[in-house]
Amino acid sequence: MKINVNGKDHEVAAPDDMPLLWVLRDVLGLTGTKFGCGMAQCGACTVHLDGQPVRSCMTPVASVQGHAVKTIEGLSAPGLSAIQRAWIEEDVVQCGYCQPGQIMSAAALLAARPHPTDADIDNAMSGNLCRCGTYLRIRAAVKKAAELAGRTA
Amino acid sequence: MSTQTDLGRRRFLQTSGALVIGFYVAPRTGLAAMQAPAPPALPDPNAFLRIGEDESVTVILAHAEMGQGVWTTLPMLLAEELGCDWAKVRVEEAPAAPVYAHPAFGMQMTGGSTSTWSELDRYRQAGALAREMLIQAAAEQWKVEASSCRAEAGFIVSGDKKLSFGKLAAAAQKRTPPSTVRLKDAKDWKIVGRPTKRLDSPEKVTGRAQFGMDVRLPGMLTALVARAPVFGGTVKAFRAEKAKAVPGVKTVVQVPSGVAVVGEHFWAAKLGRDALEIDWDLGPGAQLDTASLREEFRAAAGTPGVKAAAAGEVDAAMKSAAKTLEAEYEVPYLAHAPMEPLNCTVRIGTDGAEVWTGTQFQTMDQAVTAKLLGLKPEQVKIHTMFLGGGFGRRATPTSDFVSEAVQVAKAVGGGVPVKVVWTREDDIRGGYYRAMFLHRVRVGLGADGKPAAWRHTLVGQSIAEGTFLAPMMIKAGVDGTSVEGVSDSPYVTGTANHLVDLHSPRKPVPVLWLRSVGHTHTAFVMESFVDELAQAAGQDPLEYRRQLLSAHPRHLGVLNLAAEKAGWGRPLAGGRGRGLAVHESFGSWTAQVAEVSVANGRVRVHRVVCAVDCGVCVNPAGVRAQVEGAVVFGLSAALHGELTFKDGRVQQSNFHDYPLLRLNEMPDVEVHIVTSSEKPGGIGEPGVPPTAPAVANAIFVATGQRLRRLPFRLA
Repeated sequence: MKINVNGKDHEVAAPDDMPLLWVLRDVLGLTGTKFGCGMAQCGACTVHLDGQPVRSCMTPVASVQGHAVKTIEGLSAPGLSAIQRAWIEEDVVQCGYCQPGQIMSAAALLAARPHPTDADIDNAMSGNLCRCGTYLRIRAAVKKAAELAGRTA
Repeated sequence: MSTQTDLGRRRFLQTSGALVIGFYVAPRTGLAAMQAPAPPALPDPNAFLRIGEDESVTVILAHAEMGQGVWTTLPMLLAEELGCDWAKVRVEEAPAAPVYAHPAFGMQMTGGSTSTWSELDRYRQAGALAREMLIQAAAEQWKVEASSCRAEAGFIVSGDKKLSFGKLAAAAQKRTPPSTVRLKDAKDWKIVGRPTKRLDSPEKVTGRAQFGMDVRLPGMLTALVARAPVFGGTVKAFRAEKAKAVPGVKTVVQVPSGVAVVGEHFWAAKLGRDALEIDWDLGPGAQLDTASLREEFRAAAGTPGVKAAAAGEVDAAMKSAAKTLEAEYEVPYLAHAPMEPLNCTVRIGTDGAEVWTGTQFQTMDQAVTAKLLGLKPEQVKIHTMFLGGGFGRRATPTSDFVSEAVQVAKAVGGGVPVKVVWTREDDIRGGYYRAMFLHRVRVGLGADGKPAAWRHTLVGQSIAEGTFLAPMMIKAGVDGTSVEGVSDSPYVTGTANHLVDLHSPRKPVPVLWLRSVGHTHTAFVMESFVDELAQAAGQDPLEYRRQLLSAHPRHLGVLNLAAEKAGWGRPLAGGRGRGLAVHESFGSWTAQVAEVSVANGRVRVHRVVCAVDCGVCVNPAGVRAQVEGAVVFGLSAALHGELTFKDGRVQQSNFHDYPLLRLNEMPDVEVHIVTSSEKPGGIGEPGVPPTAPAVANAIFVATGQRLRRLPFRLA
């Protein structure tokens, strides 16, 4: 089947019900999207499907045909996004494993709500677990990213 | 990419013609890997840094980066003395070799909140030695006295002469390192002590960072292992036909821990494993049941255990006490649940093997792999990847997840690289937990309200028992990590008559250190019970602690700072309660004040004010981040974490029934650092212990309920 990832079409040989996560990681080699739970509980595998955040660990690959998939690799090209710059400025990461998923959730939030309230941030980001406990900085970085994006817009 | 460290290095040498300071230092022979020689008076700078013609300074890390920030802190130490340009600093993980043995523990490992303090001298010395070699090279070239030269932002400077590190590296490399070196005075530090942003952020925010899970090798297969549903169970028989029929499944092999299904990718292996049919011999582990364990522990607590600390005449003092209080506290088994599930990739070659994994225990992994394959340790190359969290789970005395992957690769054969991946369910049900503990405490108060007799019994499994750590960790029948925070507590040792004893029942459940180890439960018990004592004595919890800790200035320092910043004693908004706790662990002192409210039977933590005294603070930004994260770790355990057994099975399996704190539950956290010139202590763990008791004490104020069991369940 053919799937579009980060603006590029890929012909992939995979069973229809294979989760998108494993197609990205094990077939296409895009390992920025992470495996954390396999049941949409932790958000580490978050990618965008036509701009909407989805948990790729429970998204059958066949269902994304005809849609645009964007991963952390796509968000990072051609340069760092305002969100990633905000993440660096706020010194958010610790182990870093959950952060691609956090950043994809934040990117979708900011696309929908360029100036999110605390409640917006809670709603959009509470599906993403961080065992290191970087939540305070994630909150701060989402706000910083809104500010940075506003400045460059 | 750190998986290609050595390849990358060779390529770099061949293609760029760069001359460098520092090469891979060949491991010393044989089992020296297990018993590293006493550290030399001065480190070999070649093992710790490399200067490229491109002016890059690559710092080689003897410790694993698991979020705690050594990727930044250790380079700060080295750069402080080297005098390089901080922007040119690169970092990579060291291979497993004796030269990288932990300065305090003698084996290559990361844990116990020890990396920064244990490396304070070695990384600074390595930087200073390299600086002197660069100066010697410049002085010789310029025909000037070395004493006229200094290092400055990546250059050696003498008068109006100036040469970059990159241009001097080749000549410097030929110099013999000086036999002595003088380190800067703390007052002259330019990097150490300044809040410094993490060096690993760019790769971690772009998805480029390579964790063990991300390793991809040509021809690599992925395996999932079906392990026994109860601890100690073994495979009686299995039928692999259906598993082998799953498209993409390559083979099914039996290994000591179970049956491995090996596939082209994770998904094939997963479906294959689902289709496996296994008859298990469950063994006695199938009897395990949390309710009966609790009864058993309770019964044990009523009998004398092995003495861990004692002074005076407890029984007599208890009889003559003005008032006595007794309570039972309990904590459950906990899984570390790092966000990156365990995984390990192994490639067995004709004259050696390679292992790619996120590990806290390289020396052990190397030795265990060598033994399983009949190799010498130096024939096993360990590639330490970024750890997607460790919290102790990636430091197992048995190297469980590494040895299993070696067994799978060996069974698959043919030199095929195999990555064994654990699912979240495998992780939650895979053991190596923080042990379940029960404490029974009885304290007699004197007429002045202070403890006159302290009787404390702990019941819980030993981490060390049955492992190679036993002789080091178990003294006179007591595993120190079971009682740390009680037997050495100033409340206990400050009570003239005290007795602390321990029961260490043997259970089939593998147990392990979890971030802050014994302090995860001892601080909860001590700091909750001291609040109960304050209440019984009719005193303010802060004032009561000040009296009991009057001879402990560093306890008092953080206690007073946290109380002041939290506004202790000031009225709170309706329904909220404020609680505090103070605890020493890993050579650092932490106090926390929590503000909570309770609504609809749920605890909401609004604010946690932390004060920390970790001595000399190398990277205040890192210290702050570690304490913030520790509060979250402590809150997950206080509010949510619990594993239970029924018929030997762990009843939880994933984040829906083993929840962690989420962002919408996140309180405001403030971290205040005590300025200190004392020897540095640890920081990865000391923020965890005070959180649960501070919240327990705040819940008591808010509701009048004293919760003595974790996680908190309101009546």
